[in-house]
Amino acid sequence: MRLKFFANDSESAAIVAVLAAVTLIIPLCNLIFPPGSPLYFSAYSVSLIGKYLTFALLALSLDLVWGYCGILALGQGAFFTLGGYAMGMYLMRQIGTRGVYGDPLLPDFMVFLDWQVLPWYWLGFDYFPFALLMMLAVPALLAFVFGWLAFRSRVTGVYLSIITQALTYALMLAFFRNEMGFGGNNGLTDFKELLGFNLQADSTRIMLLMSSGTALIAAFLACRRLMQSKLGRVVTALRDQESRVRFLGYRVEMFKLWVFVFAAMLAGIAGALYVPQVGIINPGEFSPLNSLEIVVWVAVGGRGTLYGAIIGAILVNYGKTVLTGLLPEIWLFTLGAVFIVVTVMLPDGLMGLWLRKTGRAGL
Amino acid sequence: MNNAFIDRYHTFDFVRGPVVSAPVDVKHGVALYLEEVSVSFDGFKALNNLSLYINDGELRCLIGPNGAGKTTLMDVITGKTRPDSGSVYYGQNIDLLAMDEPAIAQAGICRKFQKPSVFDKLSVFENLELAMNAEKGAWTTLFAELSGPQRDRIDEVLDLIDLSLHRRQQAGFLSHGQKQWLEIGILLMQEPKVMLVDEPVAGMTHQEVERTAELLLSLRGRHSVVVVEHDMEFVRSIAHKVTVLHEGSVLTEGTMDEIQNDPRVIQVYLGD
Ligand SMILES: Nc1ncnc2c1ncn2[C@@H]1O[C@H](COP(=O)(O)OP(=O)(O)OP(=O)(O)O)[C@@H](O)[C@H]1O
Ligand SMILES: [Mg+2]
Repeated sequence: MRLKFFANDSESAAIVAVLAAVTLIIPLCNLIFPPGSPLYFSAYSVSLIGKYLTFALLALSLDLVWGYCGILALGQGAFFTLGGYAMGMYLMRQIGTRGVYGDPLLPDFMVFLDWQVLPWYWLGFDYFPFALLMMLAVPALLAFVFGWLAFRSRVTGVYLSIITQALTYALMLAFFRNEMGFGGNNGLTDFKELLGFNLQADSTRIMLLMSSGTALIAAFLACRRLMQSKLGRVVTALRDQESRVRFLGYRVEMFKLWVFVFAAMLAGIAGALYVPQVGIINPGEFSPLNSLEIVVWVAVGGRGTLYGAIIGAILVNYGKTVLTGLLPEIWLFTLGAVFIVVTVMLPDGLMGLWLRKTGRAGL
Repeated sequence: MNNAFIDRYHTFDFVRGPVVSAPVDVKHGVALYLEEVSVSFDGFKALNNLSLYINDGELRCLIGPNGAGKTTLMDVITGKTRPDSGSVYYGQNIDLLAMDEPAIAQAGICRKFQKPSVFDKLSVFENLELAMNAEKGAWTTLFAELSGPQRDRIDEVLDLIDLSLHRRQQAGFLSHGQKQWLEIGILLMQEPKVMLVDEPVAGMTHQEVERTAELLLSLRGRHSVVVVEHDMEFVRSIAHKVTVLHEGSVLTEGTMDEIQNDPRVIQVYLGD
């Protein structure tokens, strides 16, 4: 059954196996081995790996939109960041009286701004199920409204890319403003606990890593199911010949819209899992540059394969961690160079190269 | 409260997209009415006050020199191009100018493009699967499973277009002639009422042309078929009634013999 499920797709089987191993073995190592042993993962590396997993989930979401629908979205980071803010708002409200000003209701930055009441849109965020709903609903709603307008008016190509970029840029400018009530350029930080678990504790970090791994595996399988359905074939067809698909009677804009919304929700989950592991969310995450980086991850791994996006995200981010540790100034140049090399020499990314080598590349 | 909200089987329009509610009414025997249709591109009149009627179940050939407006005519019928003036009706009751491409296709008007446009990345089988006459909403396709009869239908069409042996092959690897046939197969899968077939035999070998002629002839009666073609021998082999287009209007209509002896037609073709 299991073998049949992954028939002719050993890459997918392999990626699920590796992700499952990461999700289970790291926690096991930390249970079995004492701190100081080489097989014990430090709190720092646990959070780092957890962060990579959320980036991989984010890359996966972009692959749906770019690799399958052919929409080069340069604003995928916006949905990630909104999911992150929803989580951040929940975490802020968990601080309670432990903030610097000790206000039971208002987060520190609001007290600092001399606000008297909690803005209405912060209501309910102390309740985790509501916050969870918002992590999905806010990105989904934005994607729905944006996609509805853009796809129905048949904006495509470069124009669409530019407006996705403008979208995330506009959100960044808005969230920088103190009056917006999201902490201005400092964002939300100084979180204490999540569902009652201390965020500084190693066990919490491990739980977060396991949640990220599980979410990534589940999302990967869901995306794979989606793209192996007839809907996936419609989407692949419209990527290459959009107008032809319309003449078969399919409402192309609806297909793009629902995939875009689903991808935004995945990005929202990624952002929500990212925030407690890095301990902060600020408007910088909306920066257009971040969204461009996601495109590079997917391009490096190879779009339109799902696992390529995961591999690309993890490789590039690992490279980034290493390089910024050694020579922080050159990271952006390296990223640009990587993008150029991949675009010119490896248009299908590393996975495209692999599939060609093993004789399974399509057209 | 609105019933739609309590009915668990109700599908909202924004999920499904508008569909034509009324079935097409062809009791006067006419499938397509085009009346005084004009289309201009930057002042150039691609269609000029064109009127044309296609009967239900007829096989009509449309000929005319390059640039006569044949493809533009198909673009107008299928919703790709909006005419500047005129009216286009499907049967007596359906105003095609009020509909967009998917709605027109769902109503039963399908076309084969001049330039073969199959889905290169999908297999031959998958190309036909997508074209199949089934519900085409996003949600339905997500959970769609091929039923036995649907599979049989695909097999049948694969046989008809002689691509059974290539069913798993990516369509992009097919020869030009095979792509042409696959597109005819795509057309057949949609089970349309009206088929618009733009240059079906371009680039085909002599034998392939003959088979295509047989195939199109076999559709007569069940479908209204409009065929655009430059290959006069092919047109002669299938035509009952031929319409000649010139500079965006109908020059004349008649049997192949009448057409070929019409001095105006000779003038148009030789004057080129
Ligand atoms: N989108 C467009 N923009 C500008 N001009 C166009 C457009 N589409 C068609 N035309 C022009 O309209 C005229 C009619 O074109 P059409 O494609 O309908 O001719 P046709 O009869 O199909 O010719 P052919 O036999 O070469 O396929 C041509 O002169 C063409 O250049
Ligand atoms: Mg033409």
